[in-house]
Amino acid sequence: MIGFIARRLVWMLITLWVVFTLSFFLMRAVPGGPYASDRQLEPEIEANIRREFNLDKPLYEQYWLKLKQVASGDLGSSTKIRTPVNRIVSEGLPVSGALGLLALAIAFAIGLPAGIISAVARGTFADVALMSIATIGIALPNFVVAGFAIILFVFVLEWLPAAGWGSLEQLVLPAFCLGAPYAAYVARIARTGMLDVLSQDHIRTARAKGLGPLSVVLRHALPTAMLPVVSFLGPAVAGIMTGSPVVEQIFAIPGLGWHFVQSAINRDYPMAMGLVLLYTGLLYTMNLLVDLSYGLLDPRVEWD
Amino acid sequence: MTTPPLNAKRAGVSLTQDAIRRLSKNLTAMISFAVLVVVVGLAVLTPLLPLQPPDRDLTAQMFAEPTAERLFEKTFNFDPQVNAVARERLPAALEKRGVRQAELKSLLADAKRTPEAESQSRRNLRQAEAAIVALEQRAYASVGYPHLGPLSRWMVRTRHALFGEWQLASVCGRDKLGRDLLSRIFWGARVSLIVGVVATLVSLAIGVTWGSVAGYVGGSVDNLMMRIVDVLYSVPFVFLVIFLISILSEDRVKDALAGYGIDRITIFYFVVGAIYWLTMARVVRGQVVSLRNEPFIEAARSIGVSQTAIIFRHIVPNLLSIVVVYLTLTIPRVILFEAFLSFLGLGVEPPDVSWGLLANEGIQVITPIKIYWWLILFPSLAIGVTLFALNFLGDAIRDAFDPRLKGR
Repeated sequence: MIGFIARRLVWMLITLWVVFTLSFFLMRAVPGGPYASDRQLEPEIEANIRREFNLDKPLYEQYWLKLKQVASGDLGSSTKIRTPVNRIVSEGLPVSGALGLLALAIAFAIGLPAGIISAVARGTFADVALMSIATIGIALPNFVVAGFAIILFVFVLEWLPAAGWGSLEQLVLPAFCLGAPYAAYVARIARTGMLDVLSQDHIRTARAKGLGPLSVVLRHALPTAMLPVVSFLGPAVAGIMTGSPVVEQIFAIPGLGWHFVQSAINRDYPMAMGLVLLYTGLLYTMNLLVDLSYGLLDPRVEWD
Repeated sequence: MTTPPLNAKRAGVSLTQDAIRRLSKNLTAMISFAVLVVVVGLAVLTPLLPLQPPDRDLTAQMFAEPTAERLFEKTFNFDPQVNAVARERLPAALEKRGVRQAELKSLLADAKRTPEAESQSRRNLRQAEAAIVALEQRAYASVGYPHLGPLSRWMVRTRHALFGEWQLASVCGRDKLGRDLLSRIFWGARVSLIVGVVATLVSLAIGVTWGSVAGYVGGSVDNLMMRIVDVLYSVPFVFLVIFLISILSEDRVKDALAGYGIDRITIFYFVVGAIYWLTMARVVRGQVVSLRNEPFIEAARSIGVSQTAIIFRHIVPNLLSIVVVYLTLTIPRVILFEAFLSFLGLGVEPPDVSWGLLANEGIQVITPIKIYWWLILFPSLAIGVTLFALNFLGDAIRDAFDPRLKGR
């Protein structure tokens, strides 16, 4: 297992290095360099700025210096708002993290019961209705869901505030919009898993000895049916993290995604690059954690 | 010996035939297919339909609500006369471009040219070209059409001949500049669908080539190629693409690329295609590895067919079913991705429209005072119905090609 983790960490470093190199050279490919601004600066000031960001050195030396800087954990600093990227991360990460966790919780809290109900009530109206809703949830982009949700909950019903950050009320709607497509996936996967288990022998035995339907489903079938759902956790975490820029943009939430989109729109390349690296590392770590958790849940899994 | 007739009948059914038979019995799949045919058909024929021009802004009717009072109004003031006049002037403009081209050519042949003279000559040529475009587009741009290709221009003229000044009233309402929403949805469909199809084809070309080469060559080459795919898989491409697009839309880079005739949509095709090839490459490789050991490949090799010919003539056609399945599953994802980027303001740029851009415009104008629900509802419906149909059809095709379900 330690070998498995070590190997995965080596691959993570390689991936991070690939992303770093790609974005470094992309950034340097811009004519005039990333620090050129629209207004003309005094030659002395420009020279100072170039020295501050090591732009007066040859390209390979810049690359090496930047690589050393990033490897030591310093993601550089934004050129437009003159703030270290690390500070933006330490402010934005908790916000995005809270949003993502709640979205994940919503996805599983809605998806699981829906999937189980439609598997148990297979072929009935409830099953067809739930699965149609799930397909709609998968097909609709989350900004469309957000548009409808804002109209319904904010303006028609007036239950929730439209945007902002700070209170739990403001968190509910964005988390729902972010989690909705994954609730749909979870429902589908839970249904398939449940149907597989319900046709197995030990369920027939449980029924034969006279257990109530609730006990059969919840105590005997559910634990086994959970496995495919848990293995969906990895893609779900990745998807929720990549989906958050749009949702944070719509609801004006000062999370990492929002900062990232802003930096892309403002052409703040050093900041965008720092955030891309951060996202790569985060996604990789999340996937590693999910892979490790399979082994704890399913004894048949072996790490290779 | 006689073969039992039952077996003789079954023997002729190939996997593809069986899949098509099963697909045609699937009602939801057929409905989805019909919906898609209608959507694509309408998108292709948009310039021919009596819709309002998509860029015609009527500030007096900003945010006009959807109306069903009258369906048609006589307001399409396209003037073929303008077009005729412009056409008369076209030969002169073409001639001028020819002169400018010759000038540039002779200047480039001259070794002692100055950079100033060269850039002046290039600028002259660009001006001459712009004059031609302006003449061609004049009649259409003046009524509010975006830049139109020759076929679309012909369709607009035909539409004017067919329907005259009649056009649909704004049954879906108008946006913040008073442009007709219904017509913008139709024009947006053209962009969204083309992006979906072309970018998927790009990813198909890369993925099939990469996967089949890796699978067929095998050994350490296969290992290396698949390791590259593995590394790229864990790169969060959404972020890298946003980063890339923000760099590529920098004015200076854009000008440089425009010199080669590359605009943002072209870049988009390649960027998106470059992401979605990964899954395709994996799937194709798996299939090729199992095909490689089939006797007919060995036979081809034994009679001296070249490696390239084996890959492209014998292996690629056998990948068709699996490729079709992934194609239908990739198109909705690409359309969704385009909508996602356009929504963030990093995809299609105005004056072009796409569905993501329309949804973004709808969300932008949400205010506590008034909601313009039609600006959210109708673009969302268009995206939703199309993606719903594509997803349903994709799932059904995947099930239909599933060999485990064969004959059922």
